[in-house]
Amino acid sequence: MRDKKAGIWPYLLVAPALLVVAAVVFVPVGNAVLMSFQSYDLRRPFAIGFIGAGNYSAVFKDTLFWQSVLRTVIWVVFGVGFQFVFGFCLALLLNRDFKGRGAARSVSLIPWVTPGVLIGLMWRWIYDGSYGVLNDILMKIGIIENPVPFLARQDTVFPAVIVTIIWQGIPFFALMLLAGLQGVPAELYEAADIDGANVFGKFFHITVPSLQNTIYVTTLLRIIWVANSVDVIYNMTGGGPAYASQTLSVYVFNKANALNLGYASAMSILLTLMLLLAAVPYLKTLFKIREG
Amino acid sequence: MGKGKRLATRALSFCLPLVLLFGFLIFPFYWIFITSIKPESELYGGTVTYWPKNPTFDAYRALFVDYNFVKPMTNSFIVAASATLLTLFVATLAAYAFSRFRFKGRRPLMIMFLTNNMFPTVLLLIPLYAIMRRLGILYTPLALILSYTTFTIPFSVWLLNGYLSDLPMSLEEAALVDGANRPQAFVRIILPVLVPCLVATGVYIFMNAWNEYTFAVMFTNEKSRTIPVSLRNLIGQLGVQWDLLTAGGIITIIPVCMMFFFAQKRLVEGLTAGAVKG
Repeated sequence: MRDKKAGIWPYLLVAPALLVVAAVVFVPVGNAVLMSFQSYDLRRPFAIGFIGAGNYSAVFKDTLFWQSVLRTVIWVVFGVGFQFVFGFCLALLLNRDFKGRGAARSVSLIPWVTPGVLIGLMWRWIYDGSYGVLNDILMKIGIIENPVPFLARQDTVFPAVIVTIIWQGIPFFALMLLAGLQGVPAELYEAADIDGANVFGKFFHITVPSLQNTIYVTTLLRIIWVANSVDVIYNMTGGGPAYASQTLSVYVFNKANALNLGYASAMSILLTLMLLLAAVPYLKTLFKIREG
Repeated sequence: MGKGKRLATRALSFCLPLVLLFGFLIFPFYWIFITSIKPESELYGGTVTYWPKNPTFDAYRALFVDYNFVKPMTNSFIVAASATLLTLFVATLAAYAFSRFRFKGRRPLMIMFLTNNMFPTVLLLIPLYAIMRRLGILYTPLALILSYTTFTIPFSVWLLNGYLSDLPMSLEEAALVDGANRPQAFVRIILPVLVPCLVATGVYIFMNAWNEYTFAVMFTNEKSRTIPVSLRNLIGQLGVQWDLLTAGGIITIIPVCMMFFFAQKRLVEGLTAGAVKG
């Protein structure tokens, strides 16, 4: 009964959720904004106080900040991009009939349920320069002659962490796209078969348009998630060596750990603004779809 | 097309990519498992072995006996279970309101719940730390329970709203006509049908709470430490004890994997319904 004269009921029902969210999100966000305008370094507790836009102007002059912004863009574009490509492949493969498909589906999702800490640490072990299995495999098939300390070199560390985040995100894309694929009516493909369409024609003219919404929503959820993710990089490299794998989220986390809370807050506000900017078109479309 | 050619096409377009992708996804798990059962001599020996010559479960024993891994497991369980129950309760109420009533402020409220997910963890981390400390709940399970409840509410509301919108109104209407009031109609008619969806949503919440690290590392101490923090703390001054760490990893993922396989189908339905229909 979607009644318009529901009175106070809906507000009472939403209130508990709203209260928790307000206490744990909106109050802290307000606090973070305030902190970002203060000199708030716990190592210098006597200097705490408002300094206007001081943190922001310092951030804008900070080359590490700009480097980590650029790195975040690369991290998101390559990370989410390849998650999407491989996730789509996996969804298409799992959509076919074969023995053991159910088991294959379940098993392929394990990376998604694995904690970020464990992901970071297990890949650190795989990439290990002395005892790592990746070096062993690459040497056995003759791609490299001597072991490469992937996470200790500035030129290999960032590609290495990106491969890890790709690995982590493939299952989520596969899961969502597979569910979408199963909703595409079979008649569409049958009609295309009669018209003599080939595999690629069917893929681009039927599969992709039918999955448009799923693709859109999933991609944007992933972008936000990947941009915000700290635990994988932090547990693999801590952002190093020499900041070569430090994204903006990791930079903020490192600054917060170093107790410079004002500076960290200013950067996290900027990160939020960038994400909101990316998310506005997403939210608009989402509501167009939902309210239909 | 000849039979041979067809088989070759199938092998190239299907079997090969499937095997490669699966190899990529699954190999790391195989690798941490066999690392966890390797004796030290094979872990740090000259050659890398792909199956241990002398498998041992010493690392698992050490984890429970010397490192008291039961403690963080209990902590994680308390935090995750409480967050799950709390989130389910408030999210179901909110989702019911969104799916069954059209009221002023409905749309802004829904947008607000969604945008809630957009704030970076690192933005909330710093002020929340200060707030929790002031309230005197820092380092107690309550700090994490509250945080995880909040972060899982938006997605749970979204999921449950999707499930509820799929349930026909006529179900409750009949009960309301028969003189039941709304809470009665909800408990008697909707709740039983909703149980599998609540389980799926619950698994999602539990998984998130069980796996979370960034907040856990700031909001817990020696006593209240959860599993992800304990895993990370196995890295000592002398470097990483990989056998212990991988054994801990295996123990960590087993419970969520089992829950997840169990709830998988429903969860996928909810995720896509939420994403596409709403």
